[in-house]
Amino acid sequence: MSEPLIRVSGLKKYFNTPSGFLHAVEDVSFSLDPQKTLGVVGESGCGKSTLGRAILRLQEPTAGEVWFEGENILSYDAARLKQLRCRMQIIFQDPFASLNPRMSVFETIAEPLLIQGVFSKKDRTGLTRAVREMMDQVGLAERLINSYPHELDGGRRQRIGVARALVLNPRFLVCDEPVSALDVSIQAQILNLMQELQQQLGLTYLFITHDLSVVKHISDDIMVMYLGQVVEKAPAERIFENPLHPYTQALLSAIPIPDPDYKQERVLLKGEVTSPINPEPGCRFAKRCPQVTTACLKANLPLIEVEDNHYVACTLFGSAGAQHHAVRG
Amino acid sequence: MKNNVLLEVKDLVVRYETDDGVVQALNSVSLSLQQGRILGVVGETGAGKTTLAKAIMQLIPTPPGVIASGSVFFDGQDLLTFSKQHMRSVRGQQISMIFQDPMTSLNPVMFVGEQIMEVIRSHNPEMKKSEARAKAGEMLEMVGIPAERAVEYPHQFSGGMKQRVIIAIALACNPKLLIADEPTTALDVTIQAQVLDMIRELKQKLDTSIILITHDLGVVAQNCDDVAILYAGEIIEHGSLRDIFKAHQHPYTEGLFKSIPSLASKAQRLEPIKGLMPDPTNLPSGCKFSDRCQHTKPECRDQMPPFVDVGGGHWVRCVLAGKGGVG
Repeated sequence: MSEPLIRVSGLKKYFNTPSGFLHAVEDVSFSLDPQKTLGVVGESGCGKSTLGRAILRLQEPTAGEVWFEGENILSYDAARLKQLRCRMQIIFQDPFASLNPRMSVFETIAEPLLIQGVFSKKDRTGLTRAVREMMDQVGLAERLINSYPHELDGGRRQRIGVARALVLNPRFLVCDEPVSALDVSIQAQILNLMQELQQQLGLTYLFITHDLSVVKHISDDIMVMYLGQVVEKAPAERIFENPLHPYTQALLSAIPIPDPDYKQERVLLKGEVTSPINPEPGCRFAKRCPQVTTACLKANLPLIEVEDNHYVACTLFGSAGAQHHAVRG
Repeated sequence: MKNNVLLEVKDLVVRYETDDGVVQALNSVSLSLQQGRILGVVGETGAGKTTLAKAIMQLIPTPPGVIASGSVFFDGQDLLTFSKQHMRSVRGQQISMIFQDPMTSLNPVMFVGEQIMEVIRSHNPEMKKSEARAKAGEMLEMVGIPAERAVEYPHQFSGGMKQRVIIAIALACNPKLLIADEPTTALDVTIQAQVLDMIRELKQKLDTSIILITHDLGVVAQNCDDVAILYAGEIIEHGSLRDIFKAHQHPYTEGLFKSIPSLASKAQRLEPIKGLMPDPTNLPSGCKFSDRCQHTKPECRDQMPPFVDVGGGHWVRCVLAGKGGVG
């Protein structure tokens, strides 16, 4: 097996709020091999975007380690962090809000090259060539080079977002809901583009989304988050074939399937969402969990490998739970 | 069954006349909804879904909006001939609407209970305040919110609960028709499932007919009886749920289905529809989809294909209709 490109261990991000610490990301660990895609799913407020931003140090993590190409980037100073930006980039969710309305397509895509000093401002020919090549690669027509974001539709704007992220030739991309703001037919175009680029350029993606069919389509592994905690992680196929955590099961059963013959058996969730501010130890899903036991509230639960590469943090599995699972399986 | 038509829209044409040109928002839209059924209206951004809902409710801002021609028969009467005063008594009482964003549809400085009472009292001016308050509490209980919470402000509620409050407002006067414009788009999937279950349950209880506007084919498949597909201001296919999901004939409908990643199979690549929806100020002549269609023939560009019934109330606007369709 190849060396992982990125390894995150014990990552925490807390926000200080007037009513206490908001535990947005709680002790998240994973590793991601080169040219693979890790999908992160969860509902709004589960900390998936904060996780992506904390890995890139767009938001400074409270604790933990992020190893990228063998180095802990949390120890980097500002100068080294700036260099690192060439190799780690991000695509944002909203192509309407994430582009500067006063910058043309050319200026937007050229900006990272100028900031990083790949080209100097005087080297207009080199800069233009680089921008044109990038535009061609993401499927933006050359005539749009002097257009402004408001003149373009959502699909094209998101292509600019992809171009801006890729122009520095990074190895690792955090994709924070890159297609959620787009219509399905445009969404499919962007997903195809991202898969092609991954193959051509050998990219590694951390793909954050709330759309489960999208995440299954694009990911190798999937990580399910609930209120800052990772509750399950497995190869994409396995999560759908054999979801183990009660939250994953409820989440999957809630997706409306576009087939009238498919009769859904819903796992209905009751109760209120636990507050992420100064949470009690233990599983944060416990209050809504249909299979809750007293053991769930004792301490934060570790991820346990229950089958090859399939991890779950739940008292139903683990030392005592393994037998329980064996009986069911 | 056919004789129980609650709403019939015929050849509805809506334009927005702006300085930059005339936006042809709806071009000859026809559809019908039978009593007690849920019609899903599916389309992408800019297809005219919300304009259609607003036209039925007579809420098109004029100017720039103009309802150029057509008719909207509701319970046998053409709403387009109603006076403003008359229409106001229909809205909220007979036809209600739920808007997309629960965060912005409620008044932030009014108790939620008062917002429900407002609707009840404006349609029943003779009703006592205490009676209206009791009714508002009842409505809250019906959507699964304890009546004590009537004296709270919208910001004290979660997204899913706000959307329930909006549903309670919409159903407070027991309307015959509920138009829900993307009611769950702003919500998480588990909350979406709860809200949709509730809408279906209430439909059973109150015998309300529903138009469910959405872009999510999964939501349609699990909730609707009939489906209309809207593209560039035209209904290009209209039929029962099975007609549309199992035997669709229009190439655009086909393209929509191929664009969604499937949870059931492992497709390596999606097959999106190439190109973009045409600019509504400058629509192509003939079939509006002809520029993006794989099956375009010369006659597609000459004139708009007729809306033909290919059997059992399954309508398709395509030259291929009835000739085996796209398959």
